[in-house]
Amino acid sequence: MMTTATPSLAQTVTARFAARQRMAFAIPAAIIAYLLYAAISFDVAGLAQRARFDNAAILLSDFWQHKTHVSRDNRSGTVTIAIEGEGKGTYPPGMMPDWVTMADGVTTIDLGTGHIVTYDDAGARMVVPGYGTIDIRPENGRPVVTAPEPIPDWISVSENRVGVTTDAGRFTYTRSKVETFKYQPGWELWFFTLDSPFYGKSVFELAALATVGERVDPARSNIGYMASEFWTNKMWRHGDVAWAIFETILMAFLGTMAAAIVALPLSFLAARNFMPLGMFRGAVRRVFDFIRGVDGLIWTIILSRAFGPGPMTGAIAIALTDTGSFGKTFSEALENIDEKQVEGIRSTGANAVLRARFGVIPQVMPILLAQVLYYLESNTRSATVIGAIVGGGIGLLLTQAIQTQKDWEEVAYYITLIVLMVMAMDSLSGWLRRKLIKGE
Amino acid sequence: MVDVAFGPEQGKRPDLSNTREAYLDMVRRKRMYGGILLVLFIALMSSGWMLADDRNAGGFWGGLHQVFDFPSEVLSEAWEKRANLPGIFIDHIPALIETINIAAVATLIGGVAAMALSLLATRGLARWPRLVPVFRRTLDALRAIPEIVIALVLIYILGGGPVPAVIAIALHTGGALGKLFSEVAENADPKPVEGLASVGATWSQRMWLGVIPQVAPNWLSYALLRFEINVRASAILGFVGEGGIGHDLKLAMQWGQGRYDQVVAIFLLLFLTIVLIDQMSDRYRHRLTKGKPA
Repeated sequence: MMTTATPSLAQTVTARFAARQRMAFAIPAAIIAYLLYAAISFDVAGLAQRARFDNAAILLSDFWQHKTHVSRDNRSGTVTIAIEGEGKGTYPPGMMPDWVTMADGVTTIDLGTGHIVTYDDAGARMVVPGYGTIDIRPENGRPVVTAPEPIPDWISVSENRVGVTTDAGRFTYTRSKVETFKYQPGWELWFFTLDSPFYGKSVFELAALATVGERVDPARSNIGYMASEFWTNKMWRHGDVAWAIFETILMAFLGTMAAAIVALPLSFLAARNFMPLGMFRGAVRRVFDFIRGVDGLIWTIILSRAFGPGPMTGAIAIALTDTGSFGKTFSEALENIDEKQVEGIRSTGANAVLRARFGVIPQVMPILLAQVLYYLESNTRSATVIGAIVGGGIGLLLTQAIQTQKDWEEVAYYITLIVLMVMAMDSLSGWLRRKLIKGE
Repeated sequence: MVDVAFGPEQGKRPDLSNTREAYLDMVRRKRMYGGILLVLFIALMSSGWMLADDRNAGGFWGGLHQVFDFPSEVLSEAWEKRANLPGIFIDHIPALIETINIAAVATLIGGVAAMALSLLATRGLARWPRLVPVFRRTLDALRAIPEIVIALVLIYILGGGPVPAVIAIALHTGGALGKLFSEVAENADPKPVEGLASVGATWSQRMWLGVIPQVAPNWLSYALLRFEINVRASAILGFVGEGGIGHDLKLAMQWGQGRYDQVVAIFLLLFLTIVLIDQMSDRYRHRLTKGKPA
């Protein structure tokens, strides 16, 4: 017996080894071939041309700094100073940052490190250390530049426009107006806008005002006034953003809980040990499969047609999708229970509802809770996306801020908040899981 | 809810001479806690729904009877033009393939990244044990940023096309799979690793020959599950950003009446694909974790 088996065993072993070796090369080769195909079909080569790294530079610098526009209308001669060039960030007349001085129609802007821009009635001048003075005067309505030759490539001169880009800031001159942009680190006006009486005060001054200082507005306390000024900040809209975050969490909470409540009784109908009728069981399962298969995206679209945009639509969409997922996992949990406890309850003469309540639920509760908490956490993320589709919550604010392509520091702010929200929900659900399931 | 959490505290142990009384007391207290929790939960749920209803553009009761209006309108128009459906199916197959490709490439790249990151973030296996918390936090951060955020920012930089979606999904996949992978690797048998270490194997050899063969079935199963999720995510990203079948769906939806046959065709394609991938991965995962049917 052994003598006949040995060669065949050796043969099979070598054959299997050879097959394994072939597989060890074939699988990576297949993956690489697929990735190559994907790279060609996604046009990765063309990406280099389409990619706009100047956008990336704008984005990265805008994430952590703000720019202030100092612009002069060349026709009327009025100078406006506005943060991010927005109406709500415009300095009121008579108020200006300390790096701008205005006297007798001459405006001097100190961009730092020796870069100085001057506007006057005759035109505009910019002093760049290590280079010289760029002097611009309008002649017959066209800007004429006098600057040390040769003109470097960071100065762009065309017929109607002169632009200078330096590390300290940017400067443009056109027929109608002259503008200087100064970049400064930080999210300006994050606490108080310019029209607020608390703008520009240091932490100590604010603390003093909040505790012992005289009332700015006699009708209310300083600390309450400060809170309301902060909450209604026109630039950053903290109040609206907080509402949006709350709405997103609300969507996730309502959707997940509603799904769990609906799915629990239905899952009994889909479990083999509780629903002996195979036909009916199969039908309930197909319903779960259908709901899951249609996908949250499609439910969201259908529901937002009926209920209009808003958090409730999002909550219902989450609830519907998750009813399918919960139904599946709950019924699987129900099929794996220990029948002995149910037997014991049955022996006391309990009916089906009581058997379920005291024999089944205590057994499956930890699994169910773990599932629900996991989905609550993951739905916080989904609610951001669903919010972008149905128009509610922080997802909407984020997509709007990105689509206007203007205020990237707002985008950075929202991203930070979303990440913090998701992390908070993550640890909350982890804490609840430990508390409720392990009983720590 | 777990009952031991509400047991008597130390020092306030029940009087054992009167067990019946003590037992009833505990039951009463448990019922009270349960009742309070239930009331709190109901209050939260009902006020939450009321609030959400309030902030919604359309009310719940007003919208309820309209739920089927849109689907029936769409379906009736599509039924009239049912002759067009096969043609539309064929038109949208390339977009569907793009959506699936986005998900597949993202799962592959994210999965490979997750393999490396998870081993580096597993206690007992890590290359640099001191850096374990760093890699763990990295995984957390990757998981925490929703795909849509990365996708929208990348669309601004890279222009349209599928690449931003791939990167966004791959990053998220790396974080999500990395955590699951690391949990699996934590439970791997350390003996093969020790054996390899005793013959002087390097870290990568120990991982490749000692850990990966043990965890491969579970990892593959998780990766398949993630692929399923990523197909859905890729469709959604297409709807919000661009590229793939989600974008086609958005265009058809925006057109509205007159293109409902397209809407139905895309819905059907998406539905069938998701169900098919679901079923296939379900079957294959079952085989991976429970072993081949003999």
